[in-house]
Amino acid sequence: MRLIRRNWLGGTTGWLWLVIVLIPLYWIVVSSFKDQAGFFTQNPFALPADPTIENYRLVIESDFPRYFLNSVIVTAGTILPAVAIAFMAAYAIVRGAGGRFLAGVNGLFLMGLAIPLQATIIPVYLLIIRMQLYDSLLAIILPSIAFSIPLSVLVLTNFIRDVPKELFESMRVDGATEWGMLRKLALPLTRPALVTVSIYNGLGVWNGFLLPLILTQSPEKRTLPLALWTFQGQYSVNVPAVLASVVLTTLPIVVLYALGRRQLLSGLTAGFSR
Amino acid sequence: MALPALAIFVVFGVVPLVGVLLLSFTQWDGLGAINAAGLSNWRTVLSDPGLPHSLFVTFEIMILSWAVQTPISLLLGVFLAGRQRYRAVLAVLYFVPLLLSSAAIAITYKALLDPNFGLGAGLHLDFLAQDWLGRDHLALGVVIFVVSWQFIPFHSLIYQGGVRQIPTTLYEAASIDGAGRIRQFFSITVPQLKYTIITSSTLMVVGSLTFFDLIFVLTAGGPGDATRVLALDMYKRGFQANLMGPASVIAVLLVLIGLALALLLRRLGGSTTASQQEGA
Repeated sequence: MRLIRRNWLGGTTGWLWLVIVLIPLYWIVVSSFKDQAGFFTQNPFALPADPTIENYRLVIESDFPRYFLNSVIVTAGTILPAVAIAFMAAYAIVRGAGGRFLAGVNGLFLMGLAIPLQATIIPVYLLIIRMQLYDSLLAIILPSIAFSIPLSVLVLTNFIRDVPKELFESMRVDGATEWGMLRKLALPLTRPALVTVSIYNGLGVWNGFLLPLILTQSPEKRTLPLALWTFQGQYSVNVPAVLASVVLTTLPIVVLYALGRRQLLSGLTAGFSR
Repeated sequence: MALPALAIFVVFGVVPLVGVLLLSFTQWDGLGAINAAGLSNWRTVLSDPGLPHSLFVTFEIMILSWAVQTPISLLLGVFLAGRQRYRAVLAVLYFVPLLLSSAAIAITYKALLDPNFGLGAGLHLDFLAQDWLGRDHLALGVVIFVVSWQFIPFHSLIYQGGVRQIPTTLYEAASIDGAGRIRQFFSITVPQLKYTIITSSTLMVVGSLTFFDLIFVLTAGGPGDATRVLALDMYKRGFQANLMGPASVIAVLLVLIGLALALLLRRLGGSTTASQQEGA
């Protein structure tokens, strides 16, 4: 039986929301190509009368590349180890199901989902000072790894549970070790989930503000969101340049999203709304 | 194999959680020695008239942003669950605000809403050219709007996933019985999405306790202390006034409120089947 399902309310909301989402995004991009005179005198939504890449040049010739590199180091330095150890933990939790220790570990990670990062920042600051890591990129990386683990383990255990038990058993019969099964069976079958958690955590770390704000101090250790914030003070009169820096900090993550979108969305659905 | 993850999570997650409670009973300026202070921080903070205000603002933003985000996300989720190609394209575009950092979003809206150089002035629209971030209630409204702009896309995707799992036979049966679209929405869609609603609400409500960067960059808690939420209160006491003890008290309150809300929402769910996901 075919249902005629018209949803005027949802449709109207849907298109209206699209406009609300796109207006600021369009405005950021268009304004970033305007010179200051054009920005202040032209209609805000008009295409630049005299498009210029001067703002981008200004941003790129500042210390921006260094901040960019810092963000890349912090993000890569967080997700690679975080996903690797979360994957191992998730594998152990699923394969060792029934063990009280592992059940406890899993419970601890699930509880971790409810711990707000802000609430622990003061002791983390103390810890980082005592470890003599204050004002280093590692100071951002270590807590970021820790706070990536709960959600990663949740999503990865959900995926590994879906691997049929028979596959593990037949590999075991063939003499495979746990490590072998982890690498040759679980790893390839869990790839979409690994991509999901990598992008999700990467996004959080790339956009992270609090940890860099509190755990670093010197300008050469700044990551992009913090740099944006200081840029804003520095170039407060040059709004187009600030907007160009917003575009430049967002561009890499948009590209990454375009590449991993399918996995990200399917993984999030699996993680949250089953 | 679970040990490396456990170790780093304990060091930077569990130990600080216990540590913050201990620090709330000490005096520390962030640099020098840490001295025991008994209950003095708790007395200071609990008798500070600023605290009820921060609590009020925190809950105000939490409840209002929940009330704005939930119906819109639900409608959008139902809408997006349709399988037409253009809806898939919409879902892609919806996701973009989630890719921007809170700092970038705050900076953008600050520029957009500038009374002299922003959208209102540029379009010669007087109602848009107000001092949005300079008046108490307007600033609070802006915070709620910007938060919704940032997170409705995420929640609409959660709802989209939830809607797709509702068996279509339910709708077929309902339309045979003559139920209209609106009736179906309230009698099938909403009840079937119960756990999705709870998951999404938990994430919204507990997540709203952690709005820091957005508000910090957008209003810095102002004007005055109109948008000074608990997380900001903690930062200002701890890292600007160098009073780590009182700041730790606020942090402990944040944890307690977060846990209480998560448990309350889980109880509302009234079931154990989805408990694993509700942990989020």
